[in-house]
Amino acid sequence: MSTAVIGCLVIAAAVTVLIRQGAGKFTEVISHDFLMFLELLPKILAGCLIGAFVTMLLPREVVARWVGGESGVIGIIIAMLVGICLPGGPFAIYPVTAALVGLGADVGAITAFITAWSLLGFNRALVWELPFMGGDFVFWRVIISIPLPILVGLFARMLANAVASSGEVK
Amino acid sequence: MDMSLTFFVEAFLWVVVVGLAVLALARGKILFREATRDGTMDFLRTLPRIFLGVVGSGFLAEVIPQDLVVRSIGPESGMLGVLIATVLGAVTPGGAVVGFAIAATALRSGGGAPQIIAYATAWALFAIQRVVVWELPTVEARVVWLRVAASLPLPFLAAIGAMLIGRP
Repeated sequence: MSTAVIGCLVIAAAVTVLIRQGAGKFTEVISHDFLMFLELLPKILAGCLIGAFVTMLLPREVVARWVGGESGVIGIIIAMLVGICLPGGPFAIYPVTAALVGLGADVGAITAFITAWSLLGFNRALVWELPFMGGDFVFWRVIISIPLPILVGLFARMLANAVASSGEVK
Repeated sequence: MDMSLTFFVEAFLWVVVVGLAVLALARGKILFREATRDGTMDFLRTLPRIFLGVVGSGFLAEVIPQDLVVRSIGPESGMLGVLIATVLGAVTPGGAVVGFAIAATALRSGGGAPQIIAYATAWALFAIQRVVVWELPTVEARVVWLRVAASLPLPFLAAIGAMLIGRP
């Protein structure tokens, strides 16, 4: 669905460029971006292969046991480290998260895990973000984001406790 | 992008691929073949979307009104710009490249770095479409809402971090 919407927007933008700025500009944009697309291909193939191999080698139950086994700040830090290393898109990460919930991992570790995967995951940053945003942007964004999974894990745990105790009062 | 960095990243990724392939082969030929096939299929499935994202961001950057970008999320837009960028990140569809394509477009047309970082962080953590389509059907709702609520301040923290260190 969203791909179709973006497709329509892109076609509209391309037509606008063609009409407003002429065929020269149109060819310039498309040839520049096509080169960028070609440069991306080997990186994305590598990223997809890494995702498939890790999924085969590390069943989600094993990952969930690592993350869910520890509590406290140590649990949050382990969750963060696993999140950084685990490749794959949302279709790979949410089943692992569901397994974590099933194994009784706490909300803090689960939140730290998803946050680390989203903000610091090396596969995601190198394969997807780097080609678009450039090395300087990705490097500094990652440096700034390093404390965030721990912070958000602790915060989510506080929220969960607050919700639980307000439930008891009622 | 810097040529040597591109080369380094690419070499690193393929070293990881080869290492994992050796590990998979040690576990058996069938596992190796299945993983290679799955990975290649993933690659072929994402190709059209990537093409759209890369070529699309080029055309969108050409037609987007630059002064609008600069005024709403430019370097001088401050915390209001961060707020606007965070909301935009939340409503961007959660596919593989859409958010990065838009972020790259905004960066090319005059967006400020802290604002773009807030956009990318919000999109990564709580793009509404991804939470609804992917996360809620698989993960217990209580956990999802707690995670999203705890994540709401993060785009602001990341943007403030970028403002404080003055990078990127």
